[in-house]
Amino acid sequence: MKKLINEPEDVVDEMLDGMVAAHPQQVRRLDGIEVLVRVDGPVENKVGIVSGGGSSHEPTHAGYLGPGMLDGAAAGEMFTSPTADQLGETIEACDGGEGVLCVVKNYEGDVMNFDTAAEMADMEGVEVAQVVVNDDVAVEDSLYTSGRRGVCGTIFVHKVAGAKAAQAGSLSEVAAVAEKAIDRVGTMGMALTSCVTPEKGEPTFELGEDEIELGIGIHGEPGTERTGVMTADEVADHLTEAVLADLELDAGAEVATIVNGMGGTPLSELYIVNRRVQEVLGERDIETWDGWVGDYMTSLDMCGCSITVMELDAELKELLAFPVDTPALTVAE
Amino acid sequence: MTDEDAQREALLDAIESVAARLAAEKSHLTELDSAIGDADHGANMDRGFEAVVEAVEELDEASVAEITKTVGVTLVSTVGGASGPLYGGSIMSASTELGPGITAETAVAFAEAYLEKVQDRGGAQVGAKTMVDALTPAVHTLKKSIEQDDLAPLEALAKAVDAAERGVRFTTPIRAKKGRASYLGWRSVGHRDPGATSTLFILEELLETAEDHLDGGAERDATATTTPDKTPEADGDGVDGEGTDAEGG
Repeated sequence: MKKLINEPEDVVDEMLDGMVAAHPQQVRRLDGIEVLVRVDGPVENKVGIVSGGGSSHEPTHAGYLGPGMLDGAAAGEMFTSPTADQLGETIEACDGGEGVLCVVKNYEGDVMNFDTAAEMADMEGVEVAQVVVNDDVAVEDSLYTSGRRGVCGTIFVHKVAGAKAAQAGSLSEVAAVAEKAIDRVGTMGMALTSCVTPEKGEPTFELGEDEIELGIGIHGEPGTERTGVMTADEVADHLTEAVLADLELDAGAEVATIVNGMGGTPLSELYIVNRRVQEVLGERDIETWDGWVGDYMTSLDMCGCSITVMELDAELKELLAFPVDTPALTVAE
Repeated sequence: MTDEDAQREALLDAIESVAARLAAEKSHLTELDSAIGDADHGANMDRGFEAVVEAVEELDEASVAEITKTVGVTLVSTVGGASGPLYGGSIMSASTELGPGITAETAVAFAEAYLEKVQDRGGAQVGAKTMVDALTPAVHTLKKSIEQDDLAPLEALAKAVDAAERGVRFTTPIRAKKGRASYLGWRSVGHRDPGATSTLFILEELLETAEDHLDGGAERDATATTTPDKTPEADGDGVDGEGTDAEGG
């Protein structure tokens, strides 16, 4: 499989340098490690927001660095959590004296490394709080799994936590709005094709011309169910119904939505899906206060989409509307 | 050459063999991880052990415990994911069970500590389709072989490897309850677990290195001498060192 890369082992390093070259007014790299931070950070007297995880989800994570969102983003190898050392350095680099909130996606590696990093930062005198995003409704949350995965709903969590921190919220207040968002957000994804990792060079899973995967994650791991090809409307119905069933929204609820591309999906197709998602919500008398469409949390070159719905209240609306200036997301004043 | 020198040399050889084996099995492990995970286990383990070989080369006259700790620390800082803390962090913590040299007793203590740390960190029990399914029978077999059956360390290690191999086979028909494979639910059935498999590869290399170092080796150790009938092929005390690192790999 052809790839626009040099060597597989250099992908993360070269991508980060390229991001810095593209956005020198917004991000800089910490010396010698695979971490990007806000160019003007750490911001004094503001809670730092740190995210991170495996690479290949671009623009997540470093694309959301900037005023109103993240202060630091640690980039692990492709689909692999950053190491605890790397995360520890990120946390310390983002402490402006008010502590640091780590936004972690629920994967065992990420949680273990963030836990260790938090202990390391604590020994250095940095106050750390942590929230774990687990929005993937495709996964059963039971004793028989590692819990639900953190996927595209993480972007909403970054957004509201970042806004609360920018408004001079305390560490516990910032963590509380992040938890509120986590409680109210659900996501489900699907794939038309597998992604192809540079290391392996061929599709992670085989999918026939007439098949799709429902309930996929963001690492090329197979989904929860394989089925025949569906139309865009059928996919939108299926994913939206699954998310709504999980959130148990009442008629009259206000929501924010993301129709997210997995990296290889034309924007035209995402708009087609979005059209139907909004119809489904309208039919249920659920009002979309804000709806995003685009590549926010990708899985390399996978074709497919995920649908995220977050139930809003006045505070979450205000935080979503708060100005943000990052490489991947801008909300104007 | 002192016993400690011999043990150190054997351990360094074992580390190189493990690194070479994981490099050779990189695609194989990635293939297994593609089926039920995210297709990176081979690359992650290879990257980690490549760094380990470089790190231990820089050590000068380090004790076996120090070398083992360096293995853990290096894996923690290079592997990432869950494997970094599980393999590396657990070796790092368990290395405190070792002294300047290794005896059968400290080998067992190390192995038990390593298993305990892996379970503390990962929360997996036997039957969850993880590395614990290979590690648990290996550690229990090593302990029983040494403490109850009075086998020579080399023979005990061979039995532990056999037990790990059976553990790996046991992962195929069961449903994953931990790790990324757990997201697949019943679809994880029918695939061998990559973490259990890499654990077995490490143990196999440690056994092989132990056998190489003991061929034509020196005197029997105390444990082995008490049961000569059961250990016709074992013939050296360096085996203790190998047994210890087997569990640490």
